Amino acid sequence: MSLLLPDAGLLFWMLLAFGVVFVVLYKYGFPIIVSMIDARKKYIDDALNGAKEANARIANVEEECNALVEDARKKQVEILREATAAKEQMMDEARGKADAETQRIIADAKKEIERQREDALSFVREEAAKVAIAVAEKILRDELADESSQQDYIEKLVDRINGDKKVTEGK
Amino acid sequence: MRLLRYIMFLLLLLPCCGALAAGSSHQEEKTVDVKKIIFDHVKDSYEWHITTVNDKHITLPLPVIIYSSRTGWEVFLSSVFHDVDEYRGFRISREGNYEGKIVELDAEGNEQRPLLDLSLTKTVVSVFIISFLLMLIVVGTARWYRNRKPSDKAPRGFVGVMEMVIDMVVESVIKPNVGSRYKRYVSFLLTVFFMIFLTNLMGLLPIFPGGANVTGNISVAMALALCTFVAVNIFGNKEYYKEVFWPDVPVWLKAPLPLMPIIELVGVVVKPFALTIRLFANILAGHTALLAFVSIIFVTMAVNKYIGSAMTVVSVFFTIFMNVLELLVAFIQAFVFTMLSSVFIGLSQPEHRKTKH
Repeated sequence: MSLLLPDAGLLFWMLLAFGVVFVVLYKYGFPIIVSMIDARKKYIDDALNGAKEANARIANVEEECNALVEDARKKQVEILREATAAKEQMMDEARGKADAETQRIIADAKKEIERQREDALSFVREEAAKVAIAVAEKILRDELADESSQQDYIEKLVDRINGDKKVTEGK
Repeated sequence: MRLLRYIMFLLLLLPCCGALAAGSSHQEEKTVDVKKIIFDHVKDSYEWHITTVNDKHITLPLPVIIYSSRTGWEVFLSSVFHDVDEYRGFRISREGNYEGKIVELDAEGNEQRPLLDLSLTKTVVSVFIISFLLMLIVVGTARWYRNRKPSDKAPRGFVGVMEMVIDMVVESVIKPNVGSRYKRYVSFLLTVFFMIFLTNLMGLLPIFPGGANVTGNISVAMALALCTFVAVNIFGNKEYYKEVFWPDVPVWLKAPLPLMPIIELVGVVVKPFALTIRLFANILAGHTALLAFVSIIFVTMAVNKYIGSAMTVVSVFFTIFMNVLELLVAFIQAFVFTMLSSVFIGLSQPEHRKTKH
């Protein structure tokens, strides 16, 4: 029967021991451990979420990268085409300029030739006139050596002038 | 393969038992009082019997502290009773209601307990040892966390095991049962859990400083239940007391005859009793069964050494089985006590009911 009867002394010591253990563990034991476990759980959860976000971001970055590469390739093609066009244009322009220059030079040369021809012609004409006058002088000097011939010549000239007058009046 | 090894081990035990039987054959007439062996073990005592070598008892004498109306405070070692039957008017009762307890004689010559008996008995010393161990273990575990951040590596080894058990108790017992304000009770409930668990485990160790039947003692279990009772009723909120004294039932059930309040009050008092009896009876039964199985060896050996040898195998087998079972019970009882305490505390903190049916 004594097994079922609580003993006051034992009850007292047990309560005391439990009380001391409880106070000590309340101060220096369990709260520290439990809060640490909670903190670690939170940290792990946060880390997991962070990893998830990072993964999503990496996937995005990859897409962005691909888009950038695609863009760059497009731009490259565009630039190449533009460059080719510019080259063509420049070459065309250069060719045009060269043609114009050639034409201009040819034209200048033609003008120069023309002018020089004119000069030559006028020089020749002058020389021919000078020779003709000299010849005419010589002829006139020979023909008009005596008085009678001189008289004849004047008459002839007057006649011719009159004849010219008639022609002019007849008009 | 493993089973085979066990059988080999048991067969190896046989010659030892034979030797034991031969050694004790000269005192075959001595009958084995199993009941006394068991009761001597499961009951509290003023000294700690460790072992017996060659009929010489090796015991740890413990201090007796009593307050008597006759002589006032008395402090002496229990070993005084080895030589004399009576010391300063006190003696250990041999029979009757106070068997095994220190008594004094009153004027009529009847045995009577002293006014106060605060002796450091076997159970008390065991409780002290366990308390010290528990503080060492838990504070040691808590020290590990010093200078560590939550981002550091999780503990391994012993601290890891402690953390796992603590987390298990908090997550699967305390949180779901106590409710939203569980943080206040975590330390108390964890202390209760580890106190009971460690005490149960120490009780399973066959030699000093373990082996005492501590949680199987009704006073110890009652002290723990009292703590829960205090935690439930001191920190119970208004809703809880309303439910006890003015429950939500038809008026004629609570006035003029307070039928329901009486039932509720009985419930309040019965709860710690349920806790006490459950823990104490389970552990006591475990210790008793274990000792009974071990006693089979000595009982059958007294009959016949061949039967004794054969039964030794059975006994060892069953003792191992019981020990493993008790290991399970040690955990389950700590778990159940903590869980029920959590439930009771949870019941004392009802959340305000929003809808009434």
